[in-house]
Amino acid sequence: MNKTKLILIGNGMVGHQFLASLAESGEAERFEVTIFCEEPRLAYDRVQLSAYFSGKTAEDLAMGQPAQYAAWGYHVRLNEKVVSIDRDNQTVTSSTGATLAYDQIILATGSFPFVPPVPGHDREHCLVYRTIEDLEAITASAAKGRSGVVVGGGLLGLEAAKALRDLGLETHVVEFAPRLMAVQLDDAGGKVLRDKIAELGVKVHTGKNTQQIVDGDNAVHRMEFADGEVLETDVILFSAGIRPRDELARSCGLDVGERGGIVIDNDCLTSDKNIFAIGECALWNGRIFGLVAPGYNMAKVAVARLLGEDKQFLGADMSTKLKLMGVDVASIGDAHGHTPGARNYTYLDEACGIYKKIVVNESGKQLLGAILVGDAEDYGTLLQYALNGIDLPEFPDSLILPQRGGDGKPAGLGVAALPETAQICSCHDVSKGDICQAIDGGAATLGDVKSCTKAATGCGGCSALLTNLVNHELESRGVEVNRNLCEHFDFTRQELYHLVRVDQIKSFDELLHKHGRGKGCEICKPTAASILASCWNEFVLKKPHVGLQDTNDTFLANMQKDGTYSVVPRVAGGEITPDKLIVLGQVAKQFNLYTKVTGGQRIDLFGARLEELPQIWRILVDAGFETGHAYGKSLRTVKSCVGSTWCRYGVDDSVGLAIEVENRYKGLRSPHKIKFAVSGCTRECAEAQSKDVGIIATENGWNLYLCGNGGMKPRHGDLFATDLDKDTLIKYIDRFLMFYVKTADRLQRTSVWMDNLEGGLDYLRQVIIEDSLGLGAELEEQMLQVVGTYECEWKKTIEDPEALKRFRPFVNADATDSNVVFVMERDQIRPATAAEKAANTPAVPVKMVS
Amino acid sequence: MTTNTKLISLCSKADLVPNSGVCALVDGRQVALFYLPEDEQVYAIDNHDPFGQANVLSRGIVGSIADVPVVASPLYKQRFSLVDGQCFEDEAVKLATWQVTLLDDVLMIDPTPR
Repeated sequence: MNKTKLILIGNGMVGHQFLASLAESGEAERFEVTIFCEEPRLAYDRVQLSAYFSGKTAEDLAMGQPAQYAAWGYHVRLNEKVVSIDRDNQTVTSSTGATLAYDQIILATGSFPFVPPVPGHDREHCLVYRTIEDLEAITASAAKGRSGVVVGGGLLGLEAAKALRDLGLETHVVEFAPRLMAVQLDDAGGKVLRDKIAELGVKVHTGKNTQQIVDGDNAVHRMEFADGEVLETDVILFSAGIRPRDELARSCGLDVGERGGIVIDNDCLTSDKNIFAIGECALWNGRIFGLVAPGYNMAKVAVARLLGEDKQFLGADMSTKLKLMGVDVASIGDAHGHTPGARNYTYLDEACGIYKKIVVNESGKQLLGAILVGDAEDYGTLLQYALNGIDLPEFPDSLILPQRGGDGKPAGLGVAALPETAQICSCHDVSKGDICQAIDGGAATLGDVKSCTKAATGCGGCSALLTNLVNHELESRGVEVNRNLCEHFDFTRQELYHLVRVDQIKSFDELLHKHGRGKGCEICKPTAASILASCWNEFVLKKPHVGLQDTNDTFLANMQKDGTYSVVPRVAGGEITPDKLIVLGQVAKQFNLYTKVTGGQRIDLFGARLEELPQIWRILVDAGFETGHAYGKSLRTVKSCVGSTWCRYGVDDSVGLAIEVENRYKGLRSPHKIKFAVSGCTRECAEAQSKDVGIIATENGWNLYLCGNGGMKPRHGDLFATDLDKDTLIKYIDRFLMFYVKTADRLQRTSVWMDNLEGGLDYLRQVIIEDSLGLGAELEEQMLQVVGTYECEWKKTIEDPEALKRFRPFVNADATDSNVVFVMERDQIRPATAAEKAANTPAVPVKMVS
Repeated sequence: MTTNTKLISLCSKADLVPNSGVCALVDGRQVALFYLPEDEQVYAIDNHDPFGQANVLSRGIVGSIADVPVVASPLYKQRFSLVDGQCFEDEAVKLATWQVTLLDDVLMIDPTPR
């Protein structure tokens, strides 16, 4: 069968979505797909563009991956632009002169930034904000300048202002209209936003009509306004709206709108039945959609139509919620109350900078629109009211008035009231029905639902709503959301932690008698041991704690499959002297241990029998080693690259910092193991972004990444704070770790813990950086107590005859376990297999070392 | 309790660890001993973990399932009744147990498993 020749012109976010949807349909093989991309790289996330200035790289923003496209069977032509379409002969010609035949074309050419034609707009250091190349030019110009102006106070303009501020420029926003975000906000909302942004040091000038740009006296440019005022600046960014890229369509005679845009119908087809147009270049029903979600929708419609399926584009909701320079802003539906008979309710709190408005219909029963500035928590609920036509409560203003000292929100939206079709997550187009389906399919927690539907993993605006919905659905299915630790305690780990702290409980027996029942078990005992250690940091082998520990904690070593143990001394930061290395070699030789280098930059010694552990550790402690806690749910390692001391590229001393933090947090017992890494520059040789706590040196300090992990479900850490000095860095880590220890579930890694915190990363920032719970000092003090009471468990053990008694293999005989048998492989020992034991394969003789 | 004439002395009470396990050799077999002071009871079961194929059960955590005292294997966490050796995860698996008793400060055992 001949494949349909399909040409995609443009590889932006919408073009990428088209390719992904086509691949997901499983029908991509019916097409021979060629992609023309005029930029030097594949699709990337333009919505997150400003993140480029707070540490994200072009790779971080990338959406299209060459390997992925190749796997889907697509042909990509980077840096190549289509210059003409010959509709009669069905060919396209590119900037390199190549001519290709087509059966179908998808135009996804996007838009370009509108630059007002004022005299001087084309001077040097007058730039726009759309592509990564633009960002590079902005960075270069900013490096030479001191101040910058963004022309345009809309959504994109404010994003661009954030970028200039992040680059360290004195930042101004110049807006033609009398207020910021004129499309989405009203005057009162615009004023609150303006005040908030001014507080952040950005100067806002509204009602300014730029007449011309000329040479400045004290800066590169002088902007002259119609009212006679002037503003001097070094860099100018134009962000005064977008215009559709329709020149190609125009030149081949397709219908275009009066004010630009390629005319499409509900099938996303242009006036030529072989050519589709999707995204910001398309004009549907006289409208251009400058948001990504409607573009994605069009992409899905185009795929469906190509496959002969029935799907149409019928417009889109333009409600938005975003964070501009840390200020929440949201706008829903008919925010300006244009509907006849519409009535407003408003709430203004000038002290905190919060403005809320809802627009209701004449009967007061339906929500038409809303504006939220400074606090957009109600966005999800209000959007559901508006989109689904849900009846408003008797007093609609209760939806936006603050609730103080009462029983929570009396007028909150019952999730039960939502129809199955209600869209919960707009980023990933997840409906209530999709979520119910996921739960019916076995998803039993919020985390499960998130990972299988992707809901709340985009902007996160729907996470509170999603949590309510998931809990409601689970309960309605009779799933008792039982968070009890085990049959002995009707409490969660977090609650037990609290009880231990508040009641000053010092032993498991006391905890069990006061708050539990039975004898405990292998779940609650180690959990309690960990909590007691986190709180009071007593020697884990002290009598009342002995029976609580997993075998690894009891014998301070890691049990292997044959019942022998491995030994891992601490090698802080991976730095070790030759003398210490020799000691490790000597010990391994003397006790005939298998040696292996670990992923955490230490040496693991395997095959030690119970009775050998104290003897091995006596030698290690004498040589200056400490326990490495490889056996505990506790801080494991702080991995480091060699850093600025030796490396040509190093920016700071990563080894020094790694050793310092490893020594600070060693011995901290926690709900799960914790790993750190420190990299000396952005080359990231220590792989810090895959750790619970990752630290990367910058020119101005340290960037802190949190909640990454390797293992079964690898996850990159999130950039938590940038350019920290060392004291602040340590303060944040102290608070982070103690907050985790305090609130996480048993065996819950930091990543899952954060995903389950309502509000996620932002919430964590509030707690740790802004100290929103007022816990900061307490958490630091508790950490200081742990740091101050650290003792090497092995040093204590070998000095304690009672503790040593436990390392006898038999209470009534001096013998070794005859079931432990080693054979040789690659010049070292390994456990014999059952078959080898049965066949009496020559074994390594067991020596009693004394 | 009837007097068992086969009882031999095994170790002292001080050799046992409260709410935890130790191991003893009885006629060449490894026996895991658990001392629960609250019940003033000592239990003896096979030290061999039939799932992990290693002699490790004395190093497991002691607990209870609905008032039955149990030990959880340190290797793969299967739980065994200290009273009769029954595995809670696999009905077909039941460990040997021994009769033990504390006579003052000496632990006595019947060396024939039950």
